[in-house]
Amino acid sequence: MATLEIHDLHVSVDAEGGPREILRGVDLTVKQGETHAIMGPNGSGKSTLAYSLAGHPKYTVTGGTVTLDGEDVLAMSVDERARAGVFLAMQYPVEVPGVSVSNFLRTSATAIRGEAPKLRTWVKEVKEAMERLHIDPSFAERNVNEGFSGGEKKRHEILQLELLKPAIAVLDETDSGLDVDALRVVSEGVNRVRESGQVGTLLITHYTRILRYIKPDHVHVFAAGRIAESGGPELADKLEEEGYEAYVKGGASE
Amino acid sequence: MAETIPAGSTTDGVIQVGQPTDARVSAPASYDVADFPVPHGREEDWRFTPLERLRGLHDGTAVADGGVKVEVTAPEGVTALTVGRDDARLGKAGKPVDRVAAQAYSSFEKASVVSVPKETVLTEPVRIAVHGEGGTAFGHQVVEVGAFAEAVVVIDHTGDATLAANVEYLIGDGAKLTVVSVQDWDDTAVHAGQHTALVGRDATFKSVVVTFGGDLVRLHPRVVYGAPGGEAELYGVYFTDNGQHQEHRLFIDHDTPHCRSNVAYKGALQGKEAHAVWIGDVLIRAAAEGTDTYELNRNLVLTDGARVDSVPNLEIETGEIVGAGHASATGRFEDEQLFYLMARGIPADEARRLVVRGFFAELVQQIGIPDLEERLIAKIEAELEASVG
Repeated sequence: MATLEIHDLHVSVDAEGGPREILRGVDLTVKQGETHAIMGPNGSGKSTLAYSLAGHPKYTVTGGTVTLDGEDVLAMSVDERARAGVFLAMQYPVEVPGVSVSNFLRTSATAIRGEAPKLRTWVKEVKEAMERLHIDPSFAERNVNEGFSGGEKKRHEILQLELLKPAIAVLDETDSGLDVDALRVVSEGVNRVRESGQVGTLLITHYTRILRYIKPDHVHVFAAGRIAESGGPELADKLEEEGYEAYVKGGASE
Repeated sequence: MAETIPAGSTTDGVIQVGQPTDARVSAPASYDVADFPVPHGREEDWRFTPLERLRGLHDGTAVADGGVKVEVTAPEGVTALTVGRDDARLGKAGKPVDRVAAQAYSSFEKASVVSVPKETVLTEPVRIAVHGEGGTAFGHQVVEVGAFAEAVVVIDHTGDATLAANVEYLIGDGAKLTVVSVQDWDDTAVHAGQHTALVGRDATFKSVVVTFGGDLVRLHPRVVYGAPGGEAELYGVYFTDNGQHQEHRLFIDHDTPHCRSNVAYKGALQGKEAHAVWIGDVLIRAAAEGTDTYELNRNLVLTDGARVDSVPNLEIETGEIVGAGHASATGRFEDEQLFYLMARGIPADEARRLVVRGFFAELVQQIGIPDLEERLIAKIEAELEASVG
């Protein structure tokens, strides 16, 4: 069973006047089949955690460890992490002009699976996954994320999640900017992947709204670059009522 | 602006809105090099070009010493002749528009004329191999396609040379001509010239210009219409590397009613001092009612240190047209795009290939000659390898 272990993770970014520490000792273990919600106010470092796990070059790890089944994730390049089973659904997916969605998905699936998917079954697999996410077939011929609406970008991220079947899925504010219908479609996609029991999910969000659709096993409150409190789903209810105020006093990192 | 165009003069001097009308060309078109002053580099039509790298093609100091071999391989039914300067078929498509083109026209000794008789439909391309052996040369090439004939011509430039050469395409009524001009020079070559097409009634001209090599390449692809109903498609692909200067200056002169033109040029750039210039001038004169035209230039900058100058110009003197538009955009292959693709398991070099192949794919497919398409894709991959390695 795949396990992602984050231990005492410290991460900085380059800022004016020198490096600025954003993550200040994160400890978290996510096992396959589990869903962890990470909630926190703006600027608490939630997205930094997501991008650091994926290996974005903007972030410098200054301390701590991240392992996936004992393998050192921090020593891997971005593509190696993805092939090892770490998937990041991005808050702001990037436009890639000149590369069609169908070409992109196939290239990615080939890289992740280690061999090119058989064309006939692949076409069917993609078509069905797109239908489930209410993605128009014409998207296959459009350039990756180019001219997509906010909701279309998010559905495209979840499409990849469904096709790539990672061991650990990090969903960075996948709910932000979605209306209720789109939120439901996207959540259903995430739940289909979760139901397989093969994925550990790290659901990063600012709002409790998405937790009505995706039920977490564990809820963590993120503040000032570390986990300030952990609990069960009832912690989300408390946040719903009380907000983040108790956690932000004098503690925000940015 | 429109009323200030001197009748019969070259017109790319007046296209850009807001420019002084006399700012864009240094002299009216002429066959005689003496009619052009030596450019100093500040003229509108020379300001992007590093004159010192033209090896004297622009100031009269370049001396022809041979060293450029031209071989024509033509299928049956096509005549390929070498003719003298006084041959009646020369100079019909249009006058040289800059000093280097005029220098070429004033200096060549022999011209090559390829003729496809009327109503002849070729099943094999005519291949014109221009191979530089290190020398300096002035050349002239005419391709004439008779009424209702159909032909594909590939002009393939390889090797090392300092070459100023013009090409004329004379396309008869109802004829179809596709020309692929490949600039696959060694990185030391200098190549300048004017490619002018005279499109007949209801004729179709398709041009694919592919520029990979050369230290400096400066081409003027131009289209004029001899009669109504003509159609021109101009496609271009360039891959500008480290230190290369590749300049394409297009002009489409819509002076005849009911003609169409469509331009799409795409370039990728990488490396220090890589410089691509694209000028797209389209003029729709008052007489050219029913014109339909669109031009597009896209550039993809792969690394720091490269530079693109892209200037689309559209001048419209009549409102009685079907359509007219232009677009130009230059984008960077950014770290964020690389990160996104890599975050989906795709290795960095493959990510870069994916983007560049996708960028060029639709234009490469326009060539329609499988062996040439394969060679160009291989060339693109090789250029990318060089940058990744």
